[in-house]
Amino acid sequence: MSGPIFMQSDQSLMVKLRHLNWGLVLLIFIIASIGFAALYSAAGGSWDPWASRQMQRFIIGMIGMFIIALIDIKWWYKLVWPAYFIGIALLIVVELMGHVGMGAQRWIDLGFMKLQPSEMMKIAVVMALARYFHPATVDDMRRLFFLIIPAIIVMVPVGLVLLQPDLGTSLMIIMAGAGMLFIAGASIWLFVAGIAAVAAIIPIAWNFFLHDYQKKRVMTFLDPESDPLGAGYHITQSKIALGSGGIDGRGFLEGTQSRLNFLPEKQTDFIFTLWAEEQGLFGGAILLFLFALVFYYCIWIAMKCRHNFGRYLALGLMINFSLYVFINIGMVMGLLPVVGAPLPLISYGGTSMLAALIGFGLIMSCSIHSDSKVTR
Amino acid sequence: MKSIKSEQDHGKLISRRAIIMGTMQTAALGVLGGRLAWLQVAQGSKYRTLSDKNRINVKMLAPSRGTIVDRYGVPLAVNGRNFRVLIVPEQVKDIESVLRALQSHIDLQESDIRSVLKEAKRNAKFVPIEVKDDLSWDEVAKIEVNLPDLPGLSTDVGQRRTYPFADATAHVVGYVGAVNEREIDQDPLLSLPGFRIGKTGIEKKFDKELRGEKGTAQVEVNVVGREVRELDVRDSHSGERLILTLDGELQRFTQTRLAQERSASAVIMDAHTGAVYTLASSPAFDPNLFISGMPFDIWEQLRTDAAHPLVNKAIAGQYPPASTFKMVVALAGLRAGLVNSNRTSFCGGHFQYGKDKFHCWKKHGHGRVDVMQAIQHSCDVFFYELAVELGIEKIAREARLFGLGDKLGFELTEESPGLVPDKEWKLGYNGQKWQVGETIVTSIGQGSLLATPLQMAVMTARMVNGGYAVKPWITSNGLAPNSKMVGKWPKMDVKQSHIEMVLKGMEDVVNDRGGTAYASRIVDEELAFAGKTGTGQVQRITMAQRKAGVKNEDLDWKQRHHALFVGYAPYKNPRYVCSVVVEHGVGGSKAAAPIAKEILLEAQRRAPHKAMVGEES
Repeated sequence: MSGPIFMQSDQSLMVKLRHLNWGLVLLIFIIASIGFAALYSAAGGSWDPWASRQMQRFIIGMIGMFIIALIDIKWWYKLVWPAYFIGIALLIVVELMGHVGMGAQRWIDLGFMKLQPSEMMKIAVVMALARYFHPATVDDMRRLFFLIIPAIIVMVPVGLVLLQPDLGTSLMIIMAGAGMLFIAGASIWLFVAGIAAVAAIIPIAWNFFLHDYQKKRVMTFLDPESDPLGAGYHITQSKIALGSGGIDGRGFLEGTQSRLNFLPEKQTDFIFTLWAEEQGLFGGAILLFLFALVFYYCIWIAMKCRHNFGRYLALGLMINFSLYVFINIGMVMGLLPVVGAPLPLISYGGTSMLAALIGFGLIMSCSIHSDSKVTR
Repeated sequence: MKSIKSEQDHGKLISRRAIIMGTMQTAALGVLGGRLAWLQVAQGSKYRTLSDKNRINVKMLAPSRGTIVDRYGVPLAVNGRNFRVLIVPEQVKDIESVLRALQSHIDLQESDIRSVLKEAKRNAKFVPIEVKDDLSWDEVAKIEVNLPDLPGLSTDVGQRRTYPFADATAHVVGYVGAVNEREIDQDPLLSLPGFRIGKTGIEKKFDKELRGEKGTAQVEVNVVGREVRELDVRDSHSGERLILTLDGELQRFTQTRLAQERSASAVIMDAHTGAVYTLASSPAFDPNLFISGMPFDIWEQLRTDAAHPLVNKAIAGQYPPASTFKMVVALAGLRAGLVNSNRTSFCGGHFQYGKDKFHCWKKHGHGRVDVMQAIQHSCDVFFYELAVELGIEKIAREARLFGLGDKLGFELTEESPGLVPDKEWKLGYNGQKWQVGETIVTSIGQGSLLATPLQMAVMTARMVNGGYAVKPWITSNGLAPNSKMVGKWPKMDVKQSHIEMVLKGMEDVVNDRGGTAYASRIVDEELAFAGKTGTGQVQRITMAQRKAGVKNEDLDWKQRHHALFVGYAPYKNPRYVCSVVVEHGVGGSKAAAPIAKEILLEAQRRAPHKAMVGEES
């Protein structure tokens, strides 16, 4: 057979399109539209410079998402290891370029966008773990020896990302890996032991591995008011913005904190603050609810899937996505330290938008091809 | 190979774990939602306040200062337009090069450039800095045309106090200046940069009324304090328009006439209403220089000039009233019954009291004179004799009745009280007993007696208006209109027949051959004036000088007599009262009476009492 890859499957293109998860597409579209509105407001009521470019990226990303969704899951299964190693290679390239260039460089300039390999690596790690766990049995998961490979799959990129240095992304990869381990059926005691180990390591990491700015962020997180004009400024101003929004918000384009630049990084990391300042508790809660629907939808897709690779992949990518949501929103509300994580689908930024849509493409591929025979 | 069952089991495990995961995520979202509700609802008002504090600055809007006009509405103090050129540092790469470019269009000193550069370093980059003010329209036009080549520059128009009459009204109207620390009160306006308050004269006395009320604008500012937009503007209320009783042109006429003398002052007021038409003091200064920046040499000159240009001598200058005081002594004598139309004294040129000899100004005496002749010829001996009989207390009481010896409650705070001496004053002054010799000297307005030109005018007014205790006033605000003041002043306890006798003497001073001011008379019966000359000794005439016959005009300026005149016109139906003091002018009849003639003639010609702004006719 010849033709495009997605034609070489058991279903016709029309059938596949009918099986596409239009509900999920709609959810994604609504959430992204909230992002456009917020970016329009962040620019003081202007499509430039953020909203218009974000929409272009969204359209490109959606097309990519559909293509990925329509490609049979078998092909993605086969592409796991190449993707993983390309990701590792890109991380190394960035690391070397970082040494050549100035300071901590985390991206590769592709011309039309700046690609952050660490973002792509998060997807690759999930795919690799899904591939590895795919043939595993319940008993396999109970064997510690069986879990050495997954540890390596996770720790190699974590180590490279830490070198950038990007503690936030490293922790997110570890947490995504841990989440997949949990899904795959690893013993609860493993997690208890892991948490205990982390608790033991923290004092050591604090003294030997954390950069000063990272320590400061943690300290400021613990007591933001201690440094209201320095590192605590972001959190304090963000809380003021959220709080002043009240139940019904300041109104669209009326968020004074954001528009008057009291709010830092309002178009990227603090976009949720802007939204909730202008739309209040009402708007903030709606957005949280939409995210919840996305999570449930993905879990439903996973449970409906007939092969473990699809289940692991859908759930792992969903965990990835939800980690962003929790960390970003927790951060702007002062519940977590400022780590510099974007709010997926909403924050201004090409990589995070692309990564999120690629993830959803893969999840939809799992859904469309839930009956595919994935070899072991 | 694994069994199907095993795979199904694993699938169930995954589903179970997925549901646990979903539950945990739901819980996490719940935590986030709860936190959001906590911030936005429970603590919403707290953060709302913090947010408003973050963004709203209250900016004061300066009111425009009330104008000051004369009785015809002619402006004496107005707010002129002040064209300025400003520079906003953040819009310029190199401030100095822009200013150098500006130099080719307008006159800009090196020191101006340096101060702008200094200012630029001190302030935030978006704060406009005044490069130069007081630009002409031509200069503004030049800058506007060349703006494309002058980045960061802009012109605007502000307000500047200007005084159209310049030095003619300098003392009365006063001037405004920057607020100093002692003057700061409750009004936040005073803290505005560049805000001006009254420093002297009417500007100072009525500063509160003229100042107006501040406006406020709530301005939204961003994190660095730059204004983004105005939210709520409450306009300022400009100050009251202040109408003075002054006749600006008469004031200018008088001032110009006084300027012929080295140092002089004059008052013209309404005998019936007390409205002051002219309050002149010469030399004066240009108050506009205080606004635009006074050159140092001019300031030094003003400060050190012996003629005290900065002092309003018409109200603050205190002089021995000299012979102008004789009417008061005559009235005291009439009241005491010691004087009537029949009483005469023989003047042989001097008066002997004990072993002291008191000279009349006329060396060989006036012969026998009655009270009216004594006033007409200003015979000293008649009053010496009368004073000994009267005693100082009766003279002092009469003097106070006619407005001497204390502040009149005039609007201008620079007013001096003058001095009417008596026994009690002497005791308090140096602990010594009053001497009869002092009474004798006081009777001709010398010794410790002091009066301001304004007091002398009031003294005269109270005689010619038929004995009403008129007081001078200069601002119409708060008082009844001009015409309604007539007859409103309390009647004093003084007999009309007594006043008429004194006024007859004053008529003859000017209009009867032999009167001391006959040379200055106005021939036209309708306009003819009356009055009294006075020559105030600055220092005692020594016996040696008297013997040698030293003429007073040959002495140093500072040692010459003051020349005084009080008068009124028209004498048949008195309306305008004036007092003139020419410092060191040698003699009242020679130096002061001619001035009185001219200003009373001009006052009658202009007839300011007939019209006033805001008065129903």
